[in-house]
Amino acid sequence: MQEKDIYSELSSIRNLMERSTKFISLSGLSGIMAGIYALIGAIAGYRIVYGNYGGLEYRNYYVTDANVIWQLFFIAAAVLIFSLVTGIWLTIRQARKKGEDFWNPVSRRLLVNLSIPLLTGGCFILILLLRGYYGIVAPACLIFYGLALIAGSHYTLSDVKWLGVFEIILGLLAAIFPGYGIVFWVTGFSLLHILYGSIMHFKYNQ
Amino acid sequence: MRNPLEQFDKAFENRLRLQIMSVLAVNEHYDFNALKELLKATDGNLASHLKALEKEEYITVNKSFIGRKPNTQYAASTKGREAFKKHLEALENLIRQQKL
Repeated sequence: MQEKDIYSELSSIRNLMERSTKFISLSGLSGIMAGIYALIGAIAGYRIVYGNYGGLEYRNYYVTDANVIWQLFFIAAAVLIFSLVTGIWLTIRQARKKGEDFWNPVSRRLLVNLSIPLLTGGCFILILLLRGYYGIVAPACLIFYGLALIAGSHYTLSDVKWLGVFEIILGLLAAIFPGYGIVFWVTGFSLLHILYGSIMHFKYNQ
Repeated sequence: MRNPLEQFDKAFENRLRLQIMSVLAVNEHYDFNALKELLKATDGNLASHLKALEKEEYITVNKSFIGRKPNTQYAASTKGREAFKKHLEALENLIRQQKL
């Protein structure tokens, strides 16, 4: 056996081990798009809450009007749905480009591991919203999302773990500074996503 | 010096078998269709090599049904894992010897 053959054998083994445990067809572009949707959503939300007040007038910091809450809720749901659809579409496209099946044991595992913390967080936040704890929304969104990313990162590019860590840090900061929820929310869901998506795009897509 | 080729496992002489073992070494289990997709192998070829590994008791097979579709899960046995590790060590030794 030639040395060259052994090297190619070993590298093919390593490649298979990686491909059979990690789903790497995630698209950086979907992160950028999710960030843009979040930014649009945040601007729309901000205008609903603060929009009717001029710069010099007293601003109403407390969101208690049920109508406003529901409008914000629909904006958030729309951002989530648009992000998911775009993300799934781009991921399928990316997997096809690489000639891989997007629905395989690894992508299934990734999805399950992402979903558990995400759905738990979603239910938790909804319950607290119904009980009137509006201040919890921004920190809880960020923290549960970060935990979901860390749980999922075992089955995809390890860079995802760092995004998760930063989301959790932002979530905890948002809990320390109530009233600035929107600032942390925009940083976590918009700026971090755009930054992260760009890094991924240039690191893996070229 | 001992010939490192002696430590090579005959069961892994075939490339596809070694590839199957690589996948099963790092996964709890893997099903037939996913293996086929991943390794870009044909049904018959993959099945015959899986059979060979099963005969060596390097892998365990678990057949079940999802609805009406048969679903066959493969997993590496302890014996298979050890054999795979030995084989990798033999490959590494060979590289080391050639470098000297």
